[in-house]
Amino acid sequence: MLTLTEEDRSILGGEFGPMAARAMKILVRYGEATGATEFVSIRSAHIDGCLYHGPSSIDFAQSFVKLGGLVRVPTTLNVAAADVTHPEWHCGDPSTLNEQKKLTDFYTQIGCIPSLTCAPYQRLVRPQFGDHIAWAESNAIVFANSILGARTDRYGDFADLCAALTGRVPLVGLHRDENRHPELLVTVPKVSETKLPRDLYFGATGYLLGLCAKGKIPYVRGLPEDASEDELKALGAAGASSGSLALFHAEHLTPETHDINASHLPHLEFSSDELGAVIDDHCSAKTGDPVAAICLGTPHYSKDEFIRLSDTIIGRKKAPSVDFYVSTSREIAEHINTHSRFAPLREFGVRLIVDTCTYLAPVVDRRDGYILTTSAKYAHYGPGNLNRRIALMTLERCINAAVAGKVAPC
Amino acid sequence: MLIRAQNFTHGNAVGSLIALSAPLSLWGGFDTKSGKIIDQHHPQHGISIAQKIVAMPYARGSSSSSSALLEAARLGNAPAAFIMTRADPILTIGALLADEIYQKKICILVIPQADWCHLGHAKWANILPTGSPKTVDIRVSRI
Repeated sequence: MLTLTEEDRSILGGEFGPMAARAMKILVRYGEATGATEFVSIRSAHIDGCLYHGPSSIDFAQSFVKLGGLVRVPTTLNVAAADVTHPEWHCGDPSTLNEQKKLTDFYTQIGCIPSLTCAPYQRLVRPQFGDHIAWAESNAIVFANSILGARTDRYGDFADLCAALTGRVPLVGLHRDENRHPELLVTVPKVSETKLPRDLYFGATGYLLGLCAKGKIPYVRGLPEDASEDELKALGAAGASSGSLALFHAEHLTPETHDINASHLPHLEFSSDELGAVIDDHCSAKTGDPVAAICLGTPHYSKDEFIRLSDTIIGRKKAPSVDFYVSTSREIAEHINTHSRFAPLREFGVRLIVDTCTYLAPVVDRRDGYILTTSAKYAHYGPGNLNRRIALMTLERCINAAVAGKVAPC
Repeated sequence: MLIRAQNFTHGNAVGSLIALSAPLSLWGGFDTKSGKIIDQHHPQHGISIAQKIVAMPYARGSSSSSSALLEAARLGNAPAAFIMTRADPILTIGALLADEIYQKKICILVIPQADWCHLGHAKWANILPTGSPKTVDIRVSRI
């Protein structure tokens, strides 16, 4: 039985305006569907519904905007369906650009910050340990829960907006202490024990974790203690693509591992061969095969990842036949575009694509070659979304291919 | 064969049942324009789930799946029902909005894990009221 507080009832009754009232009405039904007994206040929201999927995206947003009002908590926007700042790169349906602009405008009119990034945790202000938040976008959810120790359930489109408009969410799922405990122990081989280079190791591990955890919360033992945020980001994003990974605990790495005794949990052990097979399954390309493009930045590239990329390509130049795209946020792109430290990126011919991701916004025109990526998430969704051949490989091999104009040797 | 299910949205559907042998992300794994599964890693890649009663062990992947479900509902390509062994808030809210905006009913049903084995060979399902809005009975048959 769902019990509403006085605040909840006043939102529902219209004291905070008709938009909040409608959002609360939907949240009550949503809360009932999740078995909630009460609501909890949130500190921020991250909205995924700003990605244009078709006329229904507009119908939904418009049905709220016409009521008038503003979000009640700081609210950021997830990626859009196109980079409206570079219409010349867009090779999908031309109407998407205008419809996307319209949709983004709707959300900014009600007070959302047009961050247009799938990595809101890379912004200056990020959630604190223990904060309740309502984030959508599967990689942001797993990052916030696992690496920041903030608390968000797996919000989908629409629930995220209702949460932002009311500042309230049902106190269920990963908002509750008892639902954040690990349910299985997963031992993974050390990087050095696998045949994988480090930048594929995390994606492969995350991908297998998503497949094997089957929605349960894993406690992962064996990851390198110096794993970076970017590496854990890749792991989480992969697991949220192959499965529904929304929280993982990693021994010595994540903030909620202190009191955990994992020894009594059901135990899974990943082998080096299994991790290798994940990469093989997502890389059918052979040395010498044609390459149309390199696409990095799924999830959005961080400043640290740009530093590594810049240092790796310094003094080199890509083949004119190959496009080289890196997806990131406007905020990070602004930094990269204005600092001389990143001049090698411009000399190499890297295009920074903002607001979106190249696995959903079609920007690669050439159809006769592979799209190469370092992201397991991209390799998972790319083939279905883009109907293209995608191959997952190391950054170094991607860059060598960009220079050679064809798939380079391992 | 009757299976008691928890009902998270609306109660009625009848039609052919497709039991997916792996979970599916509606966004990225399903084409709203054709109603087909486009996830190339999915064992049932290529089949249509439009207006079908879809059984899958649990939902998977993207938070955009609620938008994909709403857009599919607008186009008449949404499944008529989902039968899962675990509740899924993302599909639930997509179904709630499909009703509110387009008056399209999509059942979101959760059955006990132990009953999952009865769905594998089923071809047809009829979702029947029980008297309580919170539950339904699913009658499954092999023809």
